[in-house]
Order: sequence, then structure tokens, then C-alpha cells
Amino acid sequence: MSTTAQRGAVDGVSEQTPPAAPLAPLVEIQGLSVRFGNRDILQGVTATLRGRSIGLLGPNGAGKSTLINTLLGFYKSSSGAARVFGYDVATELRKIRGLVGYMPENDAFISKMSAVSFVQMMAELSGLPPSMALERAHEALFYVGLAEARYRPLGTYSLGMKQLAKLAQAIVHGPKLLILDEPTNGLDPSARQRMIRMIKDIRDGQEMRIVLCSHLLRDVEDTCDEVLILKQGRIAHYSNLDEERRANKRFLELETYGANGDFTEAIEKLGCECAVTANRMKMILADGVETRDIFRIAAERQVRIRRMNFRRDTLEDIFLKAMGS
Amino acid sequence: MAVYRRNYKPYSGALTPAWSRWLVLFRYSRRNLFRSKFLTGLFVVCFFYPLACLLMIYLAHSATFLQEMGVPMGVLSIDNKFFFHFMSVQGVLAFLLTAFAGPGLISPDLANGALPLYFCRPFSRAEYVLGKSSVLAILLSQITWVPGLILFAMQASLAGASWTSTNLWIAGSLILSSLIWIAILSLLAMALSAWVKWRIVAGALLLGVMFFGAGFAQAINAVMRADWGHFFNVAYLMGTVWNALFQVDSEHAIPVAQAWVALLVYCAICLALLMRKVRAYEVIR
Repeated sequence: MSTTAQRGAVDGVSEQTPPAAPLAPLVEIQGLSVRFGNRDILQGVTATLRGRSIGLLGPNGAGKSTLINTLLGFYKSSSGAARVFGYDVATELRKIRGLVGYMPENDAFISKMSAVSFVQMMAELSGLPPSMALERAHEALFYVGLAEARYRPLGTYSLGMKQLAKLAQAIVHGPKLLILDEPTNGLDPSARQRMIRMIKDIRDGQEMRIVLCSHLLRDVEDTCDEVLILKQGRIAHYSNLDEERRANKRFLELETYGANGDFTEAIEKLGCECAVTANRMKMILADGVETRDIFRIAAERQVRIRRMNFRRDTLEDIFLKAMGS
Repeated sequence: MAVYRRNYKPYSGALTPAWSRWLVLFRYSRRNLFRSKFLTGLFVVCFFYPLACLLMIYLAHSATFLQEMGVPMGVLSIDNKFFFHFMSVQGVLAFLLTAFAGPGLISPDLANGALPLYFCRPFSRAEYVLGKSSVLAILLSQITWVPGLILFAMQASLAGASWTSTNLWIAGSLILSSLIWIAILSLLAMALSAWVKWRIVAGALLLGVMFFGAGFAQAINAVMRADWGHFFNVAYLMGTVWNALFQVDSEHAIPVAQAWVALLVYCAICLALLMRKVRAYEVIR
């Protein structure tokens, strides 16, 4: 039995957790359009996002950052409406901004300020009293891993450190929603890993919900449970990655040695649908059938299973399908 | 060992009142401004002339001193001209201070893209401009109308009630002339720094607007054989207004009302330019 098959079997059992109760809507968008000059950047976008961490995906110029900037009130919509935590973006912007932490895509800092002063000032602007802001600035910088460098001027930071400082200012005031615009932009692989780990940690802390905007599929796949794919200012696809992963757990690909019609028949008797080509077999597991049943049948018929994979749509497949459509 | 554990905890404590947030920006910007030793030195120099004026007022009322110097009483007169000269000197110093302090207020935020970080918080563009401009307004107030009023109070206390009641309007002129100068300087400095984003260039541009403006105005007047070229000379417009406010006899080519309107138009233009640039992200249409 191959290692892949073993891992797959173990994964198959451990990941069958019941779905969590649906969360209250985080962002509700109704026919939102944004127009700059004679260019339509967003065109009638309608969606309700409820996930704990939501990924905004799309090629460059798809409207991801524009959507975020419109939700933050930086851009005015030409038509439609949007609500964040139930607050209208057009009329209750101040309430929304009080609940949001934002990490912009580009460089955003004040070069001559030390990181701790900078983060403290940002906390005070969010309404924290000065002493509390100072304490939380230290905490936030420790949390993101800039403890040793927190008294250094931000202008002397490397790109990776600037990204972490931006993250610190985004979480210092304890927002309910963290908006991250291309958080791994320009980071080397180890810094990217660190950033992703931190985002996962924040997500798993249950205190904050996350909207992550990226054109890197891997970042979104690693950190998000819902994904909204934009293409030319419109929604190309919206899916719950968790549900999709769960659904795809029933789709198996086998590579066998010594299999014959008897083996296929036995599996079909369990209620599974099978398609066989040469020594490969694709099947959809019936309810109640587990991978251990496949191993048992194979053992009884002296069939060797060389490879067993859960063939699921990766985010890349989903994305490419969305782009194709 | 780290002081804090590497974990995140939410904040659920009290928040400061929303109206007071601009004061945060004022506090940090002012602290940042006085990190420059040159600026601190210049700020100190700005108090030399008010101190000299204070001494002059005291001596003008000191009979012993005047007797010893052989100066008849009344020759050192503290009147509207005295305060006009005070404002003229302090006005120039205010301009120099603005040229050094003003451009550094907004341009670093724009150059480093910090504006989205301000405006993603419950903090508006108007509060941002208020916070930044209040730094200059208070700084310039400290060297213009505040010492001016102290001098006026000193003179009033020494000269008596009759002088005070006759010259009370001078106090109003001090405040009004300072405020319009502060408004023009602050808005001009911030608008220029917002547009060029580079501190040194913005400072040079401010000097250029004043000096080249005056040259341009002279050139227009000479070529066109007209007086309307003075509308390009902010210092001339300000001089016209100050002359009227302090009732100093002087010939001016432009009516005072028109000079007032021109200055207010300059303020409005600067404010419009400023608000156009002070945005989280610039929309390219």
C-alpha cells in the first residue's frame, strides 16, 4: 500500500467534522458599481459574505482592491449599496471604520517614526487612550514578531518588516474585521510562511474575521474558508472552500494492480459509482462507505492498491474554471 | 525573555471621544516638528523682537530712564504704528517659520502612502487637515497675536484706562491681521506640500510663491501698465489689509476690500487643492 493511500485514508476520517453554524453576514453587497471616469471598475456586484475568513481573488485589475476601498469608504459607489456588519457604507462609515483594521497593499508608514510610536499613534486615532495605546502597541509588535526592532525608525525596516508593522497597526485597536490587501506581496518564502502562519493564528483566534485580497491562490487557499473570485469587475465565482473540500472527499482515484471485474463489482455493490480505465479507477463513495471498506475489498480479492488520491478541485481548478467562464 | 506572550487579545475598554481625535494628530505632529534643532532655534529667535518691544514699552513709561537719556516724554510713542511694525517683523518671522515647518507636516504622509492608514480609522479628512493645520496655527499664534496682546496689555496697564479705551481697536487689529496671515501661510504651505510631496521642494516653492509672485506682479504691472498685477503678490495684498487694519497712512493701488477678497480667494483655492490631494487613494480617471 502506498504512502499516499495511507495518508489519504487517515485524512478522510479526521476531516469529516460537522459544518459550523452559519455566521452573521459580514459584508452584504447589492448591485454595487464603481465607475472612474468612463471606466467601470465594479459592475453590479451582488454578494453576501459570511465566512470567518474570506478570500478575494482575481487577476490584476479585476476590482479586488476597489471593492475593499469602496467598503472602507475611500471610493464612492456610482450605484448599489454595501453593508459591513449591517452598517451602511454610505451613511455609517465611521461605525464601520471603528470595527475594521486595514493593512494596505502598498508601503504605508511614516519614515521617521519608530514602530512603537507609529503603532501607538494609529491606536490613539482609533480611539484608545494614550497609555492603553502604548501598551497595546508593544503587544501588537511583539505579536507580529517585531519586538527587537520596535524602537527603530520605520524607514530603516526591510520590506518584510514593513509588512509586519502594517499588520501590527491593523490589529492594535482590536478590530472585529481585518482587511488584508496582498499581505504577502514582495515577501521571500520564509517571510511569506511567517505571514500566513500569523493570519491563520488570527483567524483561529475567533476574535476577528478576515477579508484577504490576493492574486496568489496559495495564500487564499491556506488561509480562507470562502472565496469570491472577481473578473473584470464582476463576480466570476463564489464558493465555500470548506464545503467544497468536504464534498470532494467522496471522490477517489485509485491505481491498482491485479484488479478485475470482480473488484469493481464488489465496490459497486456498496453503492459507489465507478469508472475504470486500464489499471486506474475513479469512484464516488456512497454515503456510509469509507476508505477502509475499499482496502478490505481489495485485500479479500488480493488486489494491490498502488495509489489512492482524493481527487478534489484545488483552488486553482476553481479559479481557472471561473476565469474560463 | 519577552515581556509579552506572543498572543493576541481583543480590546474592549473605553474609547476617547470622537471629537478629540484630531488632537492626537496635533500632538504627534508638534512633537515631531520640535525634533529639529534648527526649527527650535528659529522659534526661540522669534521671541527676541517681542522681548525688545516689551522693554521699549517699559522704557517709554519710565520717567527716570527718559530723564537720564535726555529724551522728552512722548517721543517713544506706543501707538498703532508701533504695533504695525511689531506685526510686520513677526509676520516675516512667521513666514520663515512656516517655510521650514509647514512642508514637513503633510508631505511625509503622502510620500510614504500613510493616508489610507489614517482614513481607514474613524477619522475624517477634515479632522486630518484640522489636526495638521492646528500645529502651524498654534505655532504661528505663539509668535504673532499672543505676544502682540501681551504687549498691548502691558501698554494698557502702564498707560492707563483712557489710552486703553481709545486704542482698544488695536487689540482687534492684532488678532485679525495675525489670523488672516496665519490662515494664508498654513493653507499655502500645506497645499504646496500636498502637491509636490517632497518636503524641500515644497519649502522652496513656498518661498518662490512669495518672492516670484512679487516679481511676477511687478512685471505684469510694468508690461500692462496696470495695477491688477498686485493680485499675484500675496505679501502686497497682506500689506494693504494690515495698513487698513492698523490705520497706517499708506498709498495702495488696490482697494482694501478687493485685497480682502483676494486673500480669501487664495485661502479657498489652497483649501480646495488640499482637500483634493488629502485622500486615502488618488482616483485616476
